[in-house]
Amino acid sequence: MNTDTADKNGCLLKVEDLKTYFPIRKGLLRRSVGYIKAVDGVSFKIENAATFGLVGESGCGKTTLARSILRLIPATSGRITFDGADLLAADPSQLRRFRSEISMIFQDPFGSLNPRMTIGDIVGEPLKVHRRISTAELTERVCQILSKVGLSPDSVNRYPHEFSGGQRQRIGIARALILQPKLIICDEPVSALDVSIQSQILNLLKDLQQEFSLTYLFIAHNLAVVQFSCDNVAVMYMGRIVEQAPVAELYNNTLHPYTAALMAAIPKIQTSKQTRKHTPTGEVPSLLNPPLGCPFNPRCTFAAGPCFTDIPPLKPVLGKPEHLLACWHR
Amino acid sequence: MSDNGTLLSVENLSTHFFTQQGVVRAVQDVSFSVKSGRTFALVGESGCGKSVTALSLMRLVPYPPGKIVSGKITFEGRNLLGLSERRMRAIRGNRIAMIFQEPMTSLNPVFTVGNQIVEAIRLHQHKSRSRAWDLAEQMLHEVRIPDPAHRISEYPHQMSGGMRQRVMIAMAVSCKPALLICDEPTTALDVTIQAQILDLLAELQKQNQMSILLITHDLGIVAERADDVAVMYASKIAELADCRSLFLQPLHPYTQGLLKSVPQLGFTGKRLNTISGIVPEPLHFPSGCKFHPRCPIGCNDKRCQTIEPELRRVKDGRAVACWYAPGYERSDDIKV
Repeated sequence: MNTDTADKNGCLLKVEDLKTYFPIRKGLLRRSVGYIKAVDGVSFKIENAATFGLVGESGCGKTTLARSILRLIPATSGRITFDGADLLAADPSQLRRFRSEISMIFQDPFGSLNPRMTIGDIVGEPLKVHRRISTAELTERVCQILSKVGLSPDSVNRYPHEFSGGQRQRIGIARALILQPKLIICDEPVSALDVSIQSQILNLLKDLQQEFSLTYLFIAHNLAVVQFSCDNVAVMYMGRIVEQAPVAELYNNTLHPYTAALMAAIPKIQTSKQTRKHTPTGEVPSLLNPPLGCPFNPRCTFAAGPCFTDIPPLKPVLGKPEHLLACWHR
Repeated sequence: MSDNGTLLSVENLSTHFFTQQGVVRAVQDVSFSVKSGRTFALVGESGCGKSVTALSLMRLVPYPPGKIVSGKITFEGRNLLGLSERRMRAIRGNRIAMIFQEPMTSLNPVFTVGNQIVEAIRLHQHKSRSRAWDLAEQMLHEVRIPDPAHRISEYPHQMSGGMRQRVMIAMAVSCKPALLICDEPTTALDVTIQAQILDLLAELQKQNQMSILLITHDLGIVAERADDVAVMYASKIAELADCRSLFLQPLHPYTQGLLKSVPQLGFTGKRLNTISGIVPEPLHFPSGCKFHPRCPIGCNDKRCQTIEPELRRVKDGRAVACWYAPGYERSDDIKV
């Protein structure tokens, strides 16, 4: 979708073969007896001013991936290039600079705001930490950004509990915006909100992207939300990307059985009771004991032969270099 | 109201919470009926009163501060609000069962799932411990838990969210209830698991001739699973209809707005439609029609601002509470 802008602006974030493992420790000496491979060899890149969606069920590694990019969780191996510089090799002072350029919006608008701080303090804190500015200027900037996200500037002295879920999410967005970051990681930004509020926030994120030419890494489990918000989408399953494509291609030409299952499982308003497709069987296997071969094979109707022995690599589909797929069957 | 096939009818139910800040009118004048063997959905946003309605049906509203202040709930020919607590206990969990949103917190972590199902069975049926245990195992089999003989002696933490919800369902249907109240049964689950759970509920419904009262905020689930729907907004029913006609032709501006604002698979527009404003707080409901500050039609209308429309029957079984709904003013049929 954004191929022309991509050529002009290049890519902002590039993740190559990122692995984040958590050791499983057992016994008296807490010796590590194995690993949970939360993120297992993920590669993708995000163009400037584009939105890249990460979809998957709970536990598939989307949030771990996001936190590894911010270096809130140490990555085990791999390479992350942000704006031309290596993120994983950054020393503390460089990291500080990176963190002013990448910010995050969290899922839970209730848990992510400190109840003892006023809105002005919450939104202004990143400025205090990263920039040296006077109190007057700080207040002015906070008011400015609050009106940008649709809140009245006189809410600076109020506390989070005085606001509804949607308004709190706006406060979280204001906090993420105040340093004028290049990249915003949105971790399930609307899944805790009411239906009538979700669409307001999704529109707001789009408007802000246009105004400030922001780049989003958009994490969600709802494929319909992702379709509306994103340019490119990667579907994750058990720590790996199983399918990745521009949004229109992914939805019109779904190839991976897991992506198809995810789409079939969304309850739709248009379909009648009779025309429902069959739903996938089984559950996501435990990461402690992943199946041999393709991680989706216990739930897959097409699984045969190599699916049970080898993990399929993520490769471009024939004739479509932008559509990547990890499936032996297709 | 007591025509054939009606299992549960709720008339003018009001439940209030008497708090220090004032009276919270959580449910106001709600009337609907659930037919036997069918699925009735209560849909609305958080805080609209759908869960309190369900708790009122079970008479589980915590008192104080909550109290059912008026109304009539007729279930299998008896008014539940007139029953003694002892009689109510014989119905609750037996004829009317309920499953909750949180499969993590509604099971007791220190007992095995088998123990918890057996407890529910022995409370309502005269069965020996071993017969009850056998029945519990059979129930686990019925809700498609693999290897029930082994899993019955596991603790809730050893199971995934989907499994725990299956255990909850097994417990709820073990006494073959006539009505199963499902309060957001799949909100905490992943989409693929959600579809499995909803399929399972549909299957059990068919098998046991059970009615389901489905409480949800997801219009997609309503469209796929419900027969009749009531849309709730700010403690009241805004619109009542059969599922098909509601989605084909929503009459209330709130329903219309909701249907337009949900992102749908296949939507390719640049912007989503929105309902402006926020859901009003129960302590500060606006005057007149509670939706008027957010309503595209009624926001500047004198009547909408001052007089609250009651739910009126408009045509073929549909009812709506909006001054501007077609046929509303001509209708004088207030009883729904």
